[in-house]
Amino acid sequence: MSKAVLTGTHYMTGDEACAEGALAAGCRFFGGYPITPATEVAEHMSERLPGVGGVFIQMEDEIAAIGSVLGASWGGVKSMTATSGPGFSLMMENLGLGLVTETPCVIVNVQRGGPSTGLPTQGAQADMMQARWGSHGDYEIIALAPSSPQEIFHLTITAFNLSETYRLPVLIMTDEIVGHMSEKVTIPDEKTIVTVNRKAPKGRKDRFKLYQPGEDGVAPMPAAGDGYNVHVTGLTHDERGYPVMTVDAQREMMNRITGKIHKNLSHILLNERFMLDDADYVIVSYGVSSRTSYAAVEELRAMGIRAGLFRLITVWPFPGNAVKELAERVKGFVTVEINLGQIHLEVERHVAGKTAVKLVGHTGGTIIPPEDVVAAVKDISGKGV
Amino acid sequence: MDFWRVPLDAADVFVTKGVVHILEERCKGCGYCIEYCPKSILTFSSRFNKKGYHPPMLTGATDCVNCHYCEIICPEFAIYSVEA
Amino acid sequence: MTGKKKQTDITPAHPLDDLIRTDRIPHIWCPGCGIGTAFSACLSAIKRSCENLNNVSMVSGIGCSGRAAGYIKLDSFHTTHGRAIPFATGLKLAKPDMNVIVFSGDGDLFAIGGNHFIHAARRNMDLTVICVNNLNYGMTGGQAAATTPHKAKTTTSISGNPEDPFNLPLLAYAAGATYVARWTILHTRDLTESISEALSRKGFSFIEVLAPCPINYGRRNKEKSLDSLKLYQEKSIIKNGADPASVDLDFQNGIVLGTFVNRDKPTFYEKYKMINGLD
Repeated sequence: MSKAVLTGTHYMTGDEACAEGALAAGCRFFGGYPITPATEVAEHMSERLPGVGGVFIQMEDEIAAIGSVLGASWGGVKSMTATSGPGFSLMMENLGLGLVTETPCVIVNVQRGGPSTGLPTQGAQADMMQARWGSHGDYEIIALAPSSPQEIFHLTITAFNLSETYRLPVLIMTDEIVGHMSEKVTIPDEKTIVTVNRKAPKGRKDRFKLYQPGEDGVAPMPAAGDGYNVHVTGLTHDERGYPVMTVDAQREMMNRITGKIHKNLSHILLNERFMLDDADYVIVSYGVSSRTSYAAVEELRAMGIRAGLFRLITVWPFPGNAVKELAERVKGFVTVEINLGQIHLEVERHVAGKTAVKLVGHTGGTIIPPEDVVAAVKDISGKGV
Repeated sequence: MDFWRVPLDAADVFVTKGVVHILEERCKGCGYCIEYCPKSILTFSSRFNKKGYHPPMLTGATDCVNCHYCEIICPEFAIYSVEA
Repeated sequence: MTGKKKQTDITPAHPLDDLIRTDRIPHIWCPGCGIGTAFSACLSAIKRSCENLNNVSMVSGIGCSGRAAGYIKLDSFHTTHGRAIPFATGLKLAKPDMNVIVFSGDGDLFAIGGNHFIHAARRNMDLTVICVNNLNYGMTGGQAAATTPHKAKTTTSISGNPEDPFNLPLLAYAAGATYVARWTILHTRDLTESISEALSRKGFSFIEVLAPCPINYGRRNKEKSLDSLKLYQEKSIIKNGADPASVDLDFQNGIVLGTFVNRDKPTFYEKYKMINGLD
């Protein structure tokens, strides 16, 4: 057996760091399908998993990949898949199955330019709304946006921990640039890595209800073979897991799958505030786009414009209240993302006309240069472009 | 059947006898058990169950040979036999 | 209702009641539908072949047959349309000792899910796949399927189906299935035997079960449920070991039934362990 946690300092790509993070989190099943620029996650997992007692399987398409991941999760094994835009689109229906059956797993989207086949080898952040709303029906989802290989490593562990805690698929919304970027990645000592496992049921098996939540809004989850005779269905179901086609059952189920997220926002919402305390202008950014935003903040400060960065680590659920609070006291917002305005819509919605809002975005293929961000802030600050 | 001599195990050979149980409320009246009973001991009853189907009833229960065919052809888990 | 004893108090239990979620019976299948019989055969086979019932699970897709997972009192998974096999694949690889049964319909397994079927067969994934073939999409009201006979009438082929159906055993064999059989619900003893055999062996096992859909298929093709059973009785030819290429469904000249393929090959997981030098 080889080591699951490669403690030490490495030089590796974001995709590889993602795979190592998964292994450190306890992931022991990967169902994949090759797609640029996420292939390296699968390649790395195929090399590493057999040595740590896990299973890698290359499925026939992305629909099957996520299907196998859900199945493995019900087998009691932490599971993951990784893909990019076209594959992410194919996964949407089974993502809904994972959400409604409350199945923990991690789905990585190394974003590239779209729509359709788009720009396979070049980055974008244009699947952000798809991450939120891509599967049909109402739901809440958790999506994390890492901005470096080091952060992918940590956030992949966080993604598994959140998925196991709240019993749902968690998305890692990275992009080609971070995925293919090689940087120093420090993997800590195994003992210092906190991993969470799903809550196991207690009490009498014959009285167990698969979807009866605890105080945190989350129900314990047995694995197949544990003797609970669970029934798991994508149909609207009651607490027993039995299909019930009524308005009440639909409402109760929806309240449960959205409520467990609403109830635990303080634990789920992760972000970084860079020079935000006294800021007049807030740059809202995430993932690779936030990397160039630090430079913009510093440049603006040097010009005497008090700018700060609100970096979203948890993109979904969106930290609407934090934006609302900021909107009460700042003079403007600039959203920075590689798309034509997706998270920007959320910023706008929560700022609700209280102050100026501007998008710095462009179509996929390249990062946002800091000068574009500087120009946008200068523009809304009235100090000219 | 006539034997030219009585088989030594004649006393041990017997045709199994069965008792049919019908769970009327599960029945949807497809008639498979009635049609394929090898002893033709089932027929539709004139009664309705609460779903409005006519469940089967026995015409001559004593002829059941406990072959279980009604039990295994029934799509509804609504009929079975046990050894008498 | 007052004063009357409840039905459940006075009726003795059906021998399969311990494997059924009796609180969900009667099931949704129409009068005369063959799925219930195929399901019953599957439960009998499980009882016969599987010592530890905790170690058996059923995965279904969507459609009438896909509802089976909702009635079996074992770990059971009702997944998305066509995707039962990938789900079962993940489950099996997470629990390599578990007996994983895929119970679904022809539309689910061979149209929307066809790709998954052939790949699971190619890998020799250790699954028992039971396909209830009722020749059409029943749940949605009787549309043409990949198994609907040429010229048969459905709601999407009111003048007759212009297409030809799959020969499912040939498809399974060509894709690499190591056990292939076909029965009808009338041949329920053979069917139970066959499922039992599949559950006891390793590798990808495929069993096609012909079953009437009297309400949606039969009604439009002048075939009542008993007519279907009589057709099975009169036209069936049992030919174990028949060449799968010769078993195209032919309801006029003869429906070939039997165990067509039974060959040993290492399973995916066995090969995975061997290649990676495990155990």
